[in-house]
Amino acid sequence: MTRLRSRTARSLLLLAPLFVFLVWFFVWPLVGMMSQSVSDSAVLNLLPRSAGILTNWDRRSAPSAEMQQALIADLRAVQDTQALGDMVRRLNSARSGFRTLMTRTVSAVSDPAGPPADLVSIDKRWEKPEFWIAIADALSPYTDRNLLAAIDFGRNAEGAIEKLPPDQSVNLVIMARTFWIAALVTVACAAIGFPYALIAASATGWKRDLLLGAVLLPLWTSLLVRTAAWFILLQEKGLINDLLLALHVTSAPLALIFNRTGVIIAMTHVLLPFMVLPVYSVLITIPKNLMPAAASLGAPPWRAFVRVLLPLSLRGIASGSLLVFISAIGYYITPALIGGPGDQMISSIIAFYATGTANWGMAGALGVVLLVATLLLYSVYARISSEEPGRA
Amino acid sequence: MPLKLTRAVFASLTVLFLIAPLIAILPLAFTSSVILTYPIPSWSLRWFEELFTADAWRRAIVNSLIIGGGTTAVATALGTAASLGLRNHLLFFRGSFRTLFLLPMVVPAVVLGVGLQVLLARLGLANSYAGVIIAHTVVAVPFVVVSVTGALSGIDKRVELAAQSLGAAPATVFRRVTLPLAMPGVLSGAVLAFATSLDEVVLTLFVAGPNQRTLARQMFSSIRENISPAIAAAAFLFIAATVAIGLVVVLSRSMMAKRR
Repeated sequence: MTRLRSRTARSLLLLAPLFVFLVWFFVWPLVGMMSQSVSDSAVLNLLPRSAGILTNWDRRSAPSAEMQQALIADLRAVQDTQALGDMVRRLNSARSGFRTLMTRTVSAVSDPAGPPADLVSIDKRWEKPEFWIAIADALSPYTDRNLLAAIDFGRNAEGAIEKLPPDQSVNLVIMARTFWIAALVTVACAAIGFPYALIAASATGWKRDLLLGAVLLPLWTSLLVRTAAWFILLQEKGLINDLLLALHVTSAPLALIFNRTGVIIAMTHVLLPFMVLPVYSVLITIPKNLMPAAASLGAPPWRAFVRVLLPLSLRGIASGSLLVFISAIGYYITPALIGGPGDQMISSIIAFYATGTANWGMAGALGVVLLVATLLLYSVYARISSEEPGRA
Repeated sequence: MPLKLTRAVFASLTVLFLIAPLIAILPLAFTSSVILTYPIPSWSLRWFEELFTADAWRRAIVNSLIIGGGTTAVATALGTAASLGLRNHLLFFRGSFRTLFLLPMVVPAVVLGVGLQVLLARLGLANSYAGVIIAHTVVAVPFVVVSVTGALSGIDKRVELAAQSLGAAPATVFRRVTLPLAMPGVLSGAVLAFATSLDEVVLTLFVAGPNQRTLARQMFSSIRENISPAIAAAAFLFIAATVAIGLVVVLSRSMMAKRR
């Protein structure tokens, strides 16, 4: 018993470093990203006094003198101009007009000659409850705005959830595009990969080695090198257009790059090994005598294929397709380099929000959507690929 | 007969589709022209010269080696230890540990990049070599775990039991029996970790500063901004390195096999 316990302790000791490392640098960042998508403290951090008073306000009556004094005191205390910018951006996204209102107000209250008596004397808009309601709503530390906006929904003035107007709703279009491109790539990989795996599984000797080597070599080659290679092949004066012109297939160069065609071709090339290898590994476990057996029972080849080989290889096709699809929906590099503006997928939008506009809330919310989709599909994949062949 | 011909044509076309792009890029590394197209006017090594003398490219190569080396060391140490721990079949939550260790392969790089950028900035590791090595290790470690676990599961338990019964202490058994038998797996895990780090772009985009630009990151931005044959030269180096590393692994494996 003690030996068993010491063995367990030793195993845990060996596992611990990687476990701690991954919890710290893999799980925590993902959790942090999720919490970022629902946290909303840009306004609360700067307006603590207003937060105390606004909770007692009935949201209808005219803004009281205390409310105005509290906001003046809060704004006078602000030192951090970047945090101020974040707050103004947050308020302006809830109600347009806040940018000009706040700029005017902040410069008035920080007047060295002393602040004005009340806010209404700075700008008449401070009389309206709408602007105070926007502040009151923004004071909650949690929000569902980002998650709703990620799927093109938002809250109206009454707080009910409704669809955003078409000019603000691009995310669903991009998600649909992401899934559509991934589906096209998966179908292309299956259409090429399944027959290829069939041929490889039935080949012998050097032919089989060649067929498998042709799949493994690209897999080992850098993704960037493969993308650069397609960039060179597909460009307007690239080899493919040269070849087509020389063969008189076309009279003018085809547009193959910076559009959907190029993205599909390059992604199919990159992901094809992920289809071929799972299908191949299932096919070689199928007994060789099944097809002759079906034939001897009178089945024509196509019937034997549809009734015997196809059902038996379905597990490989399913796990290969899931693998390709999961990888494809998260792709960033290939669409960024080969695609045009109309081919950017959800990863590009996340990168845009994160690095372009520093809108971490939106980047996190879209990241949550992509992460959830990926993990759901992966759990299906894990179930299929761990099933015993006999049970399938 | 027509079926056989169709099969041969289909297989050849697919092999062409898979391999031709990789071969097509190689001669362009030796072009003397400034544009990245065929036909090649004359041969020259000017783009390799550019690669090793231009400041941006040279720094990128050095950075790739530093970060790749660091990632390989950390990922191999952590991954090998964890794989040894996973050998214990009686361990509770063994499956959950395994899933956690492999999950970084699945999570989209952009999602992980956004999370890591914020976390590393909070820890004061933004724009540092340590930060980039940590990020690369997260995605490289699954390859080490897969490769070492595979090698360990191929070891005949009776060999270790025999050593034990002859009076070897557990540490001796590990050092003299288990580790040498698992070495091919550890080596190929290390190679895969290095290759992963070398090829990683997306995480690098998020966590690296201008001083940590790697070769892959430099290639990415030069394809985007000013495409030149230097990219083909860099790709040539990548492919040559892939082949060289592959040869080392194959040779070391066959030497191991002979020694046994």
